Amino acid sequence: MGSAQSVPPEMRALAERTGFTSEQIEQLHRRFKQLNHNRKTIRKEDFDTIPDLEFNPIRARIVHAFFDKRNLRKAPAGLAEEINFEDFLTIMSYFRPIEMDMDEERLESFRKEKLKFLFHMYDADYDGIITLQEYKNVLDELMSGNPHLEKESLRAIAEGAMLEAASACMARTGPDEVYEGITFEDFLKVWKGIDIETKMHVRFLTMEAIAHCY
Amino acid sequence: MRQVSRMGFLLGLLNLPAALGERSSGSPTNNSHPQSFAIVSFEWNHVKDPYVITLWILVASLAKIVFHLSHKVTRVVPESALLIVLGVLLGGIVWAADHIASFTLTPEVFFFYLLPPIVLDAGYFMPNRLFFGNLGSILLYAVIGTVWNAATTGLSLYGVYRTGIMGHLDSGLLDFLLFGSLIAAVDPVAVLAVFEEVHVNEVLFIIVFGESLLNDAVTVVLYNVFESFVSIGPENVTGIECVKGIVSFFVVSLGGTLVGIFFAFLLSLVTRFTKHVRIIEPGFVFIISYLSYLTAEMLSLSAILAITFCGICCQKYVKANISEQSSTTVRYTMKMLASGAETIIFMFLGISAVDPEIWTWNTAFILLTLVFISVYRVIGVVIQTWILNHYRMVQLEIIDQVVMSYGGLRGAVAFALVALLDTKKVKEKNLFVSTTIIVVFFTVIFQGLTIKPLVQWLKVKKSEHREPKLNEKLHGRAFDHILSAIEDISGQIGHNYLRDKWSNFDRKFLSKLLMRRSAQKSRDQILNVFHELNLKDAISYVAEGERRGSLAFIRSPSTDNMVNVDFSTPRPSTVESSVSYLLREKAGPVCLDMQALEQRRKSIRDTEDTIAHHTLQQYLYKPRQEHKHLYSRHEIMHSEDEKQDKEIFHRTMRKRLESFKSTKLGINHSKKLNKIHKRERGQKRRNSNVIPNGKIPSENPVQDYTLKEKDSEFSEAEENNDYETLHLGKGVDFLANVTKQNFTDNPTGDLDQDVEMTEYSSSDDKFPPYTSDQLNQNESVSENPLHFFPSCLQMPWTQNYSSLENRGNISLSTVSEYIASCDPSVPDLFWETDADTDNKETINSGYCSEVSYKSENSQEENSLLIPEELEDPYMKEPREKKMLLDVQGNYRSIAARRVQSRRSFHKPKPLQHPKLQKLASLPASCHVPPHSLEQEETQL
Repeated sequence: MGSAQSVPPEMRALAERTGFTSEQIEQLHRRFKQLNHNRKTIRKEDFDTIPDLEFNPIRARIVHAFFDKRNLRKAPAGLAEEINFEDFLTIMSYFRPIEMDMDEERLESFRKEKLKFLFHMYDADYDGIITLQEYKNVLDELMSGNPHLEKESLRAIAEGAMLEAASACMARTGPDEVYEGITFEDFLKVWKGIDIETKMHVRFLTMEAIAHCY
Repeated sequence: MRQVSRMGFLLGLLNLPAALGERSSGSPTNNSHPQSFAIVSFEWNHVKDPYVITLWILVASLAKIVFHLSHKVTRVVPESALLIVLGVLLGGIVWAADHIASFTLTPEVFFFYLLPPIVLDAGYFMPNRLFFGNLGSILLYAVIGTVWNAATTGLSLYGVYRTGIMGHLDSGLLDFLLFGSLIAAVDPVAVLAVFEEVHVNEVLFIIVFGESLLNDAVTVVLYNVFESFVSIGPENVTGIECVKGIVSFFVVSLGGTLVGIFFAFLLSLVTRFTKHVRIIEPGFVFIISYLSYLTAEMLSLSAILAITFCGICCQKYVKANISEQSSTTVRYTMKMLASGAETIIFMFLGISAVDPEIWTWNTAFILLTLVFISVYRVIGVVIQTWILNHYRMVQLEIIDQVVMSYGGLRGAVAFALVALLDTKKVKEKNLFVSTTIIVVFFTVIFQGLTIKPLVQWLKVKKSEHREPKLNEKLHGRAFDHILSAIEDISGQIGHNYLRDKWSNFDRKFLSKLLMRRSAQKSRDQILNVFHELNLKDAISYVAEGERRGSLAFIRSPSTDNMVNVDFSTPRPSTVESSVSYLLREKAGPVCLDMQALEQRRKSIRDTEDTIAHHTLQQYLYKPRQEHKHLYSRHEIMHSEDEKQDKEIFHRTMRKRLESFKSTKLGINHSKKLNKIHKRERGQKRRNSNVIPNGKIPSENPVQDYTLKEKDSEFSEAEENNDYETLHLGKGVDFLANVTKQNFTDNPTGDLDQDVEMTEYSSSDDKFPPYTSDQLNQNESVSENPLHFFPSCLQMPWTQNYSSLENRGNISLSTVSEYIASCDPSVPDLFWETDADTDNKETINSGYCSEVSYKSENSQEENSLLIPEELEDPYMKEPREKKMLLDVQGNYRSIAARRVQSRRSFHKPKPLQHPKLQKLASLPASCHVPPHSLEQEETQL
């Protein structure tokens, strides 16, 4: 492709920052331009043009995550109007697979990053706590594909999950103590023992992007 | 019968009968002339074939029992090895008896009867996601690995043969290659038998096991190709033949898979419509999958692949379609058949070895075969893993490779294939047979014996038995969506993309076509985990309750905050004595192997209803059917003697009522505010799951009714709740004789209720105001005598009896319809049944059937009992008195109280409720066993 010889410096910087190879970046860039019709930035509406995304029950949430300033590492709260390619790459880099030569420490931070992304997806109001209501909302979206499900059982499941988290994170709740939500620390605890790094990844193959028609 | 006798013939079990026949030749049957009618005759020849087969199976099964008597032995030595040794011993005995080795494992029996159940079991309980996630690796190992093994082993042996070490053998290159192809394949039976005991991590397991299953196609093709090459002679083998061989590989493997998928489709479709023939439902699973096997065999396609894929593809739909009971039946039958077949295979492998005629010893050949298969296996694994690791996310490390190489066990498939060889074409058949036996014995016994220490020594990541976590499942689900979305956005086609597309397709078309409508609701995995957690809670509650002697702890303060379950309730080891603890313990180690784990998880999925409490309800109930001693071939719970049943039921009821009349028992009133209800709804639901256990004791004679009852009961719970909200404060909760007991566990109680309590006691000394109101009101509303039902019956229907009256007719008729339908497991009915009253929900243990009884009553004879009861002057009084007493007592949550009241049936307080005790103890034998059985059920 020739990209290897003539890597522009900004590309190299990007590669360094996000961990992607320049080939992958190039490919993602193509996709980026495809999505935003050759503009500089990408907006929420652009994601609507992806046909496969239509059936995703938590589509709004995922798209939202792309514009979340916490994920973009720009601000502790708020939503960006539009993101440029660099931001796009930043988000994508959350889904990089682990590399073989990672040491324990880097693996740990890598894992934390991924979890943080996930956490932010749940925590819609930027307060650092996943409340029952927030949990329920996600669940609601998740299960929206199942038309037979009743609200009541959804609620019960959310409560059950919440309580499970509570019991995992707090030794024992006092009689009048209310577990108000899952903090990030608790979230980490909930995820303990699950190799998120092997699960939360997308293989950014160096192959041609699929649909050129969009 | 013919089949059986044929099987007997094939097994060649003619020897034992002969021996016995000689002994019995002196008996009158054999040489008696039909001069007179013989009262008793000895017809050995008539039964001998099935008889001998059955005896062998019995011996094998007994041997298994004996092995497991000593944990020390089975922990060290794999069962398969023990069975082989036992087989050798038994073979030796038979040989010593008459010097003819007539019991051998014949290929026909093996391929037609013993192998299919094992493979079907493997396919049906295959962890699909894991399997398809690693499909690439599995296929590589299965196809390339097997070809590699076959080629290298055959060629190397031939090469060594040419050097002359082995002496003269009457075979050419093709014979060696043929031998290589049959000895190359890793055997699913042996692998399963050994790996199930080793508990390596699931990825490793699925790779080795998947390889052993899928390499069948390769083995069959290689075997067929080389066999035909051998028979047409090496000089006729041309390039075209080789190409044909390669083409035939694809045809055989893909064809077998397609046959399997086709039959899986058929099976799923059939089970969709078996609603009314529940009894034969499980049979379809076996018959159709066996048909897939035979069809593939008929078309000379890979039969193992066919039945494997039949199992893999149908499992989701079948499990959703068939009823809970059928699912359990399928599960058990499948496991039983598979494990029985495995036992027999290994035992007969041992027995087959004792036959001097097949033994041709050639030290060099045998030793070199052993060396080559081990060495080439290692080399093959290392090379392939090296390639794979470039693409795999979860790397296969050195340790994994060691286990994979070492786990390449050969088994009965190789033996059966070698036994199939034709001596005329393959001159050295006997040498091949004896080598195969040695190889099989070596791998199964030696490697099987050492793999466990090896795994421990290498510290291979073991499969951990983790509790399924709701959070984990939820996040996992979110994950899938996120990942597929990211792939969509970044424009990649990856695993997630494909999986997403597949699940969309599945949801839109396949499930609609292949699943019952009712089942479509309940197949959500998250729900399933939720169910499972609920089950666990229920069990732990009961365990805790057993430990503490009461279930009052359920209302621990922490749960009051927001949620309905107390996950954090400690489960100390002191609960050991309780039944449920034992059950849990028992189930623990069993679940360590992945299949059982999967199966256990899946079993939860088998449920037909959506809501957690439905499932729970069903689970907790199931075994009661076993206590019903009615015989019906077609319908388990359908009572053919309904009349008799009814009579028994009436009699019981009358007796009960009479005894209640004479007691001074009352009931508890507690005014239920809507608010409390709302808050406690969840808890009710949860707890109500626990309660039904208690129904069992006194209800045995009328099980038929209660069975139905239980099904309708919970479907109504929600609606009832809604209904309750309409009748703000009017619903009166009549609760059982709980309050006299001391609740030391939890003195805090519920705040709201405390308030109420004080209200009661202050407002009126004798009658809380609302009660009289209520009574009056109700009397004015209707003359229905039902609400004067004895309080001591714990007033199942008295709660909200106003509602009962309002809708009385409708609900009664629905109940009776429901009964008439006689099919309590039909989920659709759950929803159809009218929300007839809360009584069912708050109903007390053991008395649920009263509603149905009532309906019967009102329909047919309009009650012998109720008028009787009306006249009873006691009826109102004691209730109100009792109420006062109760007010003094500690208030609990409804659930706790109900549970409590249930418990009071188990352990009646003699002083307080003498009659109750008497009643509860009527069918005394049923008290504990059903309970424990139920819990066992939940564990599966």
